[in-house]
Amino acid sequence: MRSPTGHEIAAGDVLLSIEDVSLTFGGVKAVAGVSFDIRKGEIRAIIGPNGAGKTSMLNVINGFYQPQHGRIAFKGKARARMRPYDAARGGIARTFQNVALFRGMTALDNIMAGRTLKMHRGFFWQLVRFGPALTEEVEHRHRVEEIIDFLKIQAIRKVPVGKLPYGLQKRVELGRALAMEPDLLLLDEPMAGMNLEEKEDMSRFILDVNDHYGTTIALIEHDIGVVMDLSDRVLVLDHGIKIADGTPAEVQADQAVIDAYLGVAH
Amino acid sequence: MDLLYKILIDPFVQMGAAPDLLVQTLWEGLVGGVLYALIALGFVLIFKASGVFNFAQGIMVVFAALTLVGLYQTLRRWGVAPDVVAAYLALVLAAAVMLALAFAVERLMLRPLVNQPDIILFMATFGLTYFLIGLGELVFGGEPKVMITDALHLPSGGINLKILGGLVSLQKIDIAAAVIASVMVATLAVFFQKTRIGRALRAVADSHKAALSVGISLEQIWVIVWFAAGIVALATGIMWGARSGVSFALEIVALKALPVLILGGFTSIPGAIVGGLIIGIGEKLGEFYWGPLLGSGIESWLAYFIALLFLLFRPQGLFGERIIERI
Repeated sequence: MRSPTGHEIAAGDVLLSIEDVSLTFGGVKAVAGVSFDIRKGEIRAIIGPNGAGKTSMLNVINGFYQPQHGRIAFKGKARARMRPYDAARGGIARTFQNVALFRGMTALDNIMAGRTLKMHRGFFWQLVRFGPALTEEVEHRHRVEEIIDFLKIQAIRKVPVGKLPYGLQKRVELGRALAMEPDLLLLDEPMAGMNLEEKEDMSRFILDVNDHYGTTIALIEHDIGVVMDLSDRVLVLDHGIKIADGTPAEVQADQAVIDAYLGVAH
Repeated sequence: MDLLYKILIDPFVQMGAAPDLLVQTLWEGLVGGVLYALIALGFVLIFKASGVFNFAQGIMVVFAALTLVGLYQTLRRWGVAPDVVAAYLALVLAAAVMLALAFAVERLMLRPLVNQPDIILFMATFGLTYFLIGLGELVFGGEPKVMITDALHLPSGGINLKILGGLVSLQKIDIAAAVIASVMVATLAVFFQKTRIGRALRAVADSHKAALSVGISLEQIWVIVWFAAGIVALATGIMWGARSGVSFALEIVALKALPVLILGGFTSIPGAIVGGLIIGIGEKLGEFYWGPLLGSGIESWLAYFIALLFLLFRPQGLFGERIIERI
């Protein structure tokens, strides 16, 4: 079901490359001349103190923000201007820092919404919901049920998500992103506001997604312990500038990183 | 005491005494209610999918009806015959005009205003209202027109039922209106609840950024809802037009959709229907049985009074989505 170009890139090759990207809002530099890449199959963490430009970076990748400067290449194809619609179509899915679900809809419908781009039957069939449209609906429902099993949220599939506790909302949001069968999954603080048990569950899901589906994951996280356990490589931003990039061990030992987090005596 | 008797008891005694009259009144109310419900349906469609209260829905009804009649007359003048061909050709063209309107609204009104507060979009629909009034008058003229009921071969005449020891007469056009409205509502309800595009519509209503992130195209969704609302407006225009002619006065009637929406909830299609029926029937019963007590003109405010009562007990409407907030 994945787009063919997604398969052509071998594990370990560059899936997404960011070159010298800058993003400013008025006079504020959110991201300044950052370059890095994400390789296929890896879990890539982006960390940094508050206001470091991490979420801005994700927003650039999935097309919510247009950088004023720099080049972005996804699956080897450089792009000039990308809208979120194109990003989603190209195989980039994401979750949000403050859960963005369709609150009035059930968990099931939320995840089904993630299948939007995979479903193709036309307006007319949709209107009568008969014949091809119904077959298609059933087929995609199967895929969605698999995801629901995988995330262990069978019991809440018919509950409007607005009524769910925060931890479960985050899980449904992950499910919606997974339903898109993405090549690149962006997770913005997937464990924010969770207790220890929920964090462990979420960590396991992230590792499983990476293992089972081979999905490339880029995640922003504040819990350094989690980041060090999960990720293959870590990018550290501070005030919109890249200050370190490497394996968890390398980054942990980096003096610039320690200074950024603990402050430095002037 | 006498007054209380007149208000609380006497009307029901009258209802019991002449059941055929009661049935006739209920039927009239039902028909009026179906038409209110259709107008409300147009509002709900757009509100559900874009969170915009479309003040222009009423004028869209008039505009659609005017376009249909205007196009028909033009086609006839060009010698398109027989009249049934001209009428249905005009119907298809009028639907195309509503589609063009949907595209124009998306491109020229919604897109530049994306991410603006709801009140701004609401004001923009006021602008649209006056634009459509102007455009309608400019192109088709301001004088009232007669709906092309005969050319469309809509049923006319009445059926007289001998029941309950009296005579109840039903207009065939009203029956047709009720059937068309039911089919439309059922289709839309299933469409919204059970299909990909329906889900996408609800998704856009809930969260723009989340909808964008799963690859839903806002532009496409907006065109679809405005077009759907346009088609509903066209159907409503034909039915209202058949009853009371096509003129800009219809717009006042469209405002009756407001109490219907308050009653049914802004986000519920079944709510629009039930709300429409309650208002329609309540209005007719009130006018017929209680009207003489309070003097005439009760019809013009009773709907709002009923809505007000409902607001006191169910601020989200009969079927509106309960506001869920975790704290």
